[in-house]
Amino acid sequence: MAQKLIPELLVEDNKFCPGCGHGIVNRVLAEVLEELGLADKAVGSLAVGCGCLMMDTFGTDWVQAPHGRAAAVAVGVKRVRPECCVFTYQGDGDSLAIGFSETMYAAIRNENITAIIVNNGIFGMTGGQMAPTSLPGQRTTTSPKGRDAALTGQPLNIINQMKNLPVGYLARGSVDTAKEINKVKKYIRTGIETQMKGGGYSMIEILSPCPTNWKMTLQNSLDHIRSTVRATYPLGEFVKDGERTDA
Amino acid sequence: MSYRLMKGNDALAEAAVRAGCRFFGGYPITPQSEILEYLSSRLPEVGGTFLQAESELSGINMVYGAAAAGFRAMTSSSGPGFSLLQEGISYIASAELPAVIVDVQRYGSGLGDIFQAQSDYHQATRGGGHGDYRMLVFAPSSVQESVDLMGLAFDKAEQYRNPCLILSDASIAQMMEPVKLPEMQEVDPDKPWAAKGKNGGDFKRITSTMYYIEDFDGYIKAKFDSMAAAEQRWENVEVEDADIVLVAYGISSRICKEAVAIARSRGIRLGLLRPITLWPFPTNAFKEVNSEVKAYLTVELSALPKLEDDVKIACEMKTPVKHFLGGANIPESSAIVEEAVSILNSREEVSWLKN
Ligand SMILES: Cc1ncc(C[n+]2csc(CCOP(=O)(O)OP(=O)(O)O)c2C)c(N)n1
Ligand code: SF4
Ligand SMILES: [Mg+2]
Repeated sequence: MAQKLIPELLVEDNKFCPGCGHGIVNRVLAEVLEELGLADKAVGSLAVGCGCLMMDTFGTDWVQAPHGRAAAVAVGVKRVRPECCVFTYQGDGDSLAIGFSETMYAAIRNENITAIIVNNGIFGMTGGQMAPTSLPGQRTTTSPKGRDAALTGQPLNIINQMKNLPVGYLARGSVDTAKEINKVKKYIRTGIETQMKGGGYSMIEILSPCPTNWKMTLQNSLDHIRSTVRATYPLGEFVKDGERTDA
Repeated sequence: MSYRLMKGNDALAEAAVRAGCRFFGGYPITPQSEILEYLSSRLPEVGGTFLQAESELSGINMVYGAAAAGFRAMTSSSGPGFSLLQEGISYIASAELPAVIVDVQRYGSGLGDIFQAQSDYHQATRGGGHGDYRMLVFAPSSVQESVDLMGLAFDKAEQYRNPCLILSDASIAQMMEPVKLPEMQEVDPDKPWAAKGKNGGDFKRITSTMYYIEDFDGYIKAKFDSMAAAEQRWENVEVEDADIVLVAYGISSRICKEAVAIARSRGIRLGLLRPITLWPFPTNAFKEVNSEVKAYLTVELSALPKLEDDVKIACEMKTPVKHFLGGANIPESSAIVEEAVSILNSREEVSWLKN
């Protein structure tokens, strides 16, 4: 039987909570970078959020961006070092609340970078506050009675915001089943390939559990993504090689 | 080398290019927009990148990324935009990266207005952003000095791996003067610390260095102490016998130089101490001043006195320190002389307490 080796890029065990989706995304991203032979040329722009914990465990070059500004930092790196594979690794709060402008403008300018956005519908690192992506009725520490969309807005679907822009690649995956994890891997690979052939901006949003702040078991978290979260955030490829695939 | 007539902002921009700057990310705001306009066509000519960012927040973080990748990078702003740069500057300082920031000061809090001022003194010299850092702050008083200090700022930023600030103002930025420009410098971006992919080596982590340095408190204090000791720059004008010494930087110092000449022609012993670095504040310059000096008089284009604080610290409150402020109004050199005369003639003992 073929043995599945741990990617060398995962230089230490991750430090996420048990059952956290970030760990899966880390693994998949490491595999893609190694399989594409880009581990040595990769520079990550790391958001502020639980993803921060990768700085010591994921062995690519890193720049720690200020909260929300990962796309701008990545643009600075990529514009001066176009030969590098430059990606952001961000949460939904980082990329879509405080960093909405930087995230969108990287797409608007069709910057040749790859954004990895891990959407767990919550501010994980700061203890489970409401995020722009939180679902209506979702209880968080700042919406204890459930998110009231009339007062706080509807969940933010970033792909809907971006899909009419002239970007290279947009996809949304989920880590709730092995099958979907394999698709996430394919999406990340396609996004990075798009960047490396100069095909413009690529963004992969990944639905991911935060069992700690959702106050659910891992199994219930995964069921919740399948039964509820995916209805608001449909999976699939939306833009490929600069063309809408859903239109 | 011949002289060229240049506007302050254009000269700053050209000097940055010649100092090897190859990335600019920034946002328009008067009175610094000419820096963007100039670099938008100039940087591509030398293979560099100019990017008009969607905000100052984005601009400073693009600079952070380009600096992390090893390139000489710069942004510039003014007033409200300078406030927006502060978080990014703090990150750049904490990651110990070189970068140059220009603040072309304009008047007022809030939106304020576009004319000259020197009100950002505390924001410039005290760190401005959060945490424990300082920037080397260079205060040019002419277009030529803007050029000279720009080259120095890039070199010092790299030497100390710390952001440096050029603190200009609307008048110096907008005036035209003859300048001699330096030769073009080529700078190697492939620094050992630069984020460019690990290429078979160890992976690099560009983040707050505090995570990886033992006794960080001691380390960072020693870093800024050594900068404070080594980087003081100033110009003293007739301070050895002066009864009153004016202290002023940038545009105010030019008015003060004229005041010194007027006073001396009338037999009044006036001098000028002109800080060229505002951080570190040139405390050593005070050692050259007449030990019998009766008072210092700071002249600042600011509604509230700020430079005055540093003068009080520099003279350890042993000498009275007075201020002469021009906020929205630029003081006349003759008015400064009259103020000095009235301090000298004052029958009360001059005291810093009376300010
Ligand atoms: C300017 C600023 N504001 C607020 C914070 C605090 N903060 C850190 S992480 C975070 C939210 C992270 O949420 P998300 O991006 O969704 O990442 P997750 O932890 O859920 O993966 C916040 C608000 C900060 N570090 N900086
Ligand atoms: S708080 Fe949530 S997102 Fe953060 S590590 Fe724990 S499970 Fe993951
Ligand atoms: Mg989140």
